[in-house]
Amino acid sequence: MQAFEYASPTTVKEAVDMLSSKWGEVDILAGGTDLISLMKEYLHTPRRVVNLKGIKELGGIQKTGGGLRIGATVTLDELAENSTARSEYQSLVRAALGVSSPQIRNMGTVGGDLCQRPRCWYFRQGFGILGQDKSGASLVVNGENRYHAIFPQPPAYFVSASSLGPALIALGAKVKIAGPSGSRELPVERLFVAPRDSSSREIALASNEILTEVIVPSARGVRNTTYEVRQKEALDWPLVSASVALRMKGSTVTNARVVLGHVGPTPVTAAEAEKALAGKALTQETATEAGKAAVAGARPLTGNTYKVQLARIAVQRALLEAVKLRG
Amino acid sequence: MPNYNWPPMDQRQQMGKRQSRLDGIEKATGRARYSSDLNRPGMLFAVMLTSPYAHARVRSIDTSAAQKLAGVTGIRTIVKAGDEVNWVSQEIAIVAATSEQIARDAVRLIQVDYEVLPHVVKEENLAKAGNRARPAGEQVTGDPDKAFKEADVISEGQYGIPVLTHCCLESHGQVIEWRGDTIYFYPSTQNVSGIGPDLAKNLEVPATQVKVHMDHVGGGFGSKFPSDRWGIECARLSKESGGRPLKLFLDRATELSIAGNRPSAFAKIKVAAKRDGTITGWESTSWATGGMSGGGMPPIPYVMTNIPNRRLNHSAVQTNGGPLRAWRAPNHPQASFLTCAAVEDLAAKLGMDPLEVFAKNVQWAPEARRETYLHQFKKAAELSEWSKRWHRRGDSGPGTVKRGMGVGICTWGGAGHLSNCKATIHPDGSVEIELGSQDLGTGTRTVITQVAAETLGLPLDAIKVKIGDNSYPPSNASGGSTTVGGVSSSTRIATSNALEKLFEKVAPAWNTTADKLEAAGGKIQVKGDSSKSLTWAAASKKMGVQSITEMGQNDPKNPRGLNTQGVCGVQIADVSVDVETGVVKMNRLVAVQDCGLVINPKLAEGQVAGACIMSICGALMEERIMDAATGRVLNPEMEFYKLAGIGDIGEILVHMDIRPEMDSRGVIGLGEPPTIGGIAAIANAVANAIGVRVPVVPLTPDRVLAALEEKRSA
Repeated sequence: MQAFEYASPTTVKEAVDMLSSKWGEVDILAGGTDLISLMKEYLHTPRRVVNLKGIKELGGIQKTGGGLRIGATVTLDELAENSTARSEYQSLVRAALGVSSPQIRNMGTVGGDLCQRPRCWYFRQGFGILGQDKSGASLVVNGENRYHAIFPQPPAYFVSASSLGPALIALGAKVKIAGPSGSRELPVERLFVAPRDSSSREIALASNEILTEVIVPSARGVRNTTYEVRQKEALDWPLVSASVALRMKGSTVTNARVVLGHVGPTPVTAAEAEKALAGKALTQETATEAGKAAVAGARPLTGNTYKVQLARIAVQRALLEAVKLRG
Repeated sequence: MPNYNWPPMDQRQQMGKRQSRLDGIEKATGRARYSSDLNRPGMLFAVMLTSPYAHARVRSIDTSAAQKLAGVTGIRTIVKAGDEVNWVSQEIAIVAATSEQIARDAVRLIQVDYEVLPHVVKEENLAKAGNRARPAGEQVTGDPDKAFKEADVISEGQYGIPVLTHCCLESHGQVIEWRGDTIYFYPSTQNVSGIGPDLAKNLEVPATQVKVHMDHVGGGFGSKFPSDRWGIECARLSKESGGRPLKLFLDRATELSIAGNRPSAFAKIKVAAKRDGTITGWESTSWATGGMSGGGMPPIPYVMTNIPNRRLNHSAVQTNGGPLRAWRAPNHPQASFLTCAAVEDLAAKLGMDPLEVFAKNVQWAPEARRETYLHQFKKAAELSEWSKRWHRRGDSGPGTVKRGMGVGICTWGGAGHLSNCKATIHPDGSVEIELGSQDLGTGTRTVITQVAAETLGLPLDAIKVKIGDNSYPPSNASGGSTTVGGVSSSTRIATSNALEKLFEKVAPAWNTTADKLEAAGGKIQVKGDSSKSLTWAAASKKMGVQSITEMGQNDPKNPRGLNTQGVCGVQIADVSVDVETGVVKMNRLVAVQDCGLVINPKLAEGQVAGACIMSICGALMEERIMDAATGRVLNPEMEFYKLAGIGDIGEILVHMDIRPEMDSRGVIGLGEPPTIGGIAAIANAVANAIGVRVPVVPLTPDRVLAALEEKRSA
């Protein structure tokens, strides 16, 4: 780890002033579950680290105007234990619990989950966010890509590591972002971007901005859940996940949101599956059809065709699970 | 001469008891100090620079910038210009500094110019190995061609098991201090008595100068015998710094890349059999790698070594990966998997119960073991509810979750190693037992204490056991399941000898001789005459001021019936497979295991349960993943180098095969055997569940789904 200057401001404004207009110079510390390892591997070598945990306004979960406001430094454990989340936002709770070690849930934050770097092993070994050799050729495409994207956005083949992202997108959530010229809001689906070159980032924040909170609209009457296909119960990443949010009239789906996780450089909205469900009763058959529609556009790599099936099954199972829930 | 024989089974007071490990509380509370916990005054830290390339020639190394960094106290280069490096993370240079952080920064300032050379890091496909594959020459026994021609049925399959690393929780390393003429060496080792001489030889100093101490070791599994390049260089750096203590423990990535691995094994296997399941012929073409040395042929056909007609071909494939080291039952888990998978596939082809086929072919196992296997098959079947749960391959009913059962077997030696023990009885009655041995977490301390207490007729807390220091009488390294037989026998002999001397001091007062006395219940007494009895403390006072110190040796050439070798073991796995996701869940793993006289059934069961967990990891999730293009290990961490957690292991049911006829054989080692059969059992259970063989372990969702897909399209 390269030596760095440590700052622990108490207001968002102070924190923003401490950031840099260039990526790489200053890093933001919340739970530290990702940043510390990035620094130990010299993948991030900031000259300054700005701790957000001392900023009170970034904490807490509040009900607001029918929805939920979740502070960026709320831990995954706090989210999973929150009574409103537990009664109304099953998909968020399931996704948070899927971060499968109590230690990480106790330290890791909601903001950190959204802003963490990918787990792509080529990135983690120093071959850049796109996993390229010196000539710029992708190491992923002809290499070991069993955990990589089946919905790649070339030249990006990694998968977004965010557990909450797909659930938040399905629920229609927004993030609030503070920067030098004030704050702005962004739908969560626009927070995630596929980098076009090795110097770009995978989130739509500027280097001098801070994700301060997540605003989730009311999910009353919205049946929502997250289904993860995971190989291990213990510390592990899901192989794929599907988050769904269904508005229903009787047994008929009036509006469906279906978002896949761990399948692309960003969470992937399965628009075809959403269309396939609209106006239909949710049955084993329509769930199966929706699963197929969700992966119709998949373009797996040499070693991850199996993830197409996993994504299909995840969608199918998430839908069948959601429909059993109280609306 | 004292009678060294173990006391009869029904008369033991301490041995055979389900005693919890004596250092359990110390370990559970974190008070136990591992060598990696040591921090000495004025200590320096060392970090190694390692190769980023799998194969390269070093053109030049420039350490000048690193030398100038404040806090750096020494740098040594391990390779020189012109040298070739042959695997990623191979040692290049080492830096000592006043903090680990400075050492890490300094390592990054060392400039190495490499000429990158071509590498090969993968071996799954033998056809692609080219001249890296070195055939060992064909071995033929009997007439395999005739056997296959006359066979009622021929079963063929291809199987593979990848390279694993040892993944010790406490990585390799040491604290070392070369002060004056003396080297104080605090390693993490399986070899307390032997590592000092090894280091001395490498440093070209007399072995008398090396003092070794280690209280606990956080995992070795066969990978922690030598002093290692990093130990040798750290000793030199300590000396060069004027004798300051120096600490280096490998970081996780280096640990998984170069501190040892279990070689892979791949094989195409053909089995000839009669309609009743009797195997008549075996043909295999196998290959393996464990780095630049390739990988040896696992002992196949496993256990059924006397299958009459055999043709074996094997190639060692040289790859640019870190070097292999012994891995808990070297080559046996591979052999068990390859063999048991082939037998299970044969049974499936015949439509037979695999337990019946195994039982039929026990005739090809060494004669002395046949009855034990048959007994253990029966016991394991009973504990796993085999007759209720087993079904024909693939006949697992409707639904997306399929349940299946499978069997795996093991064998091992486990004779006691050369071990010396010193037993001292002091005039105040206190007892010290000293051995230059080590407790790998297996319970060696506890077992030594139980044997000493048994022999001296004392409670456990009356015995002070001292191990982990090379000033104690030497015991061999703990490898190959040799420790328990060695240390229990040497302790038995030493304590018996010391007791004999105490008897000699006490006997005259009762006008009798030493051979008429016994030690029991904390007393020394005349056998059969309770009126002539002294408490242990009162008896010890008869020594005056002179302590009694006696030696005992387990001589492997003459173990006096105290220990022996040769065990069996049967494991049965019960799994559920989600055929839509390919995810395999353990329901239960039953392990039936003998190891002769069991000194502590509770610790023995713990040892077997730990081995079962290793098998579950190896069967379902654990593998070293190499990158063909970069030659890197892609998962040298604990994230994608996947290991099971509590939620992944299901129920583990251990049955120690303790019977009088087993007990009378003497003590036999237990470290290796229970690690062997589990992978085979689990892989066979998955085949049974889903109706098709998944040829290569670990049985990850991608491999399970691929096998199902192949079955569908066949």
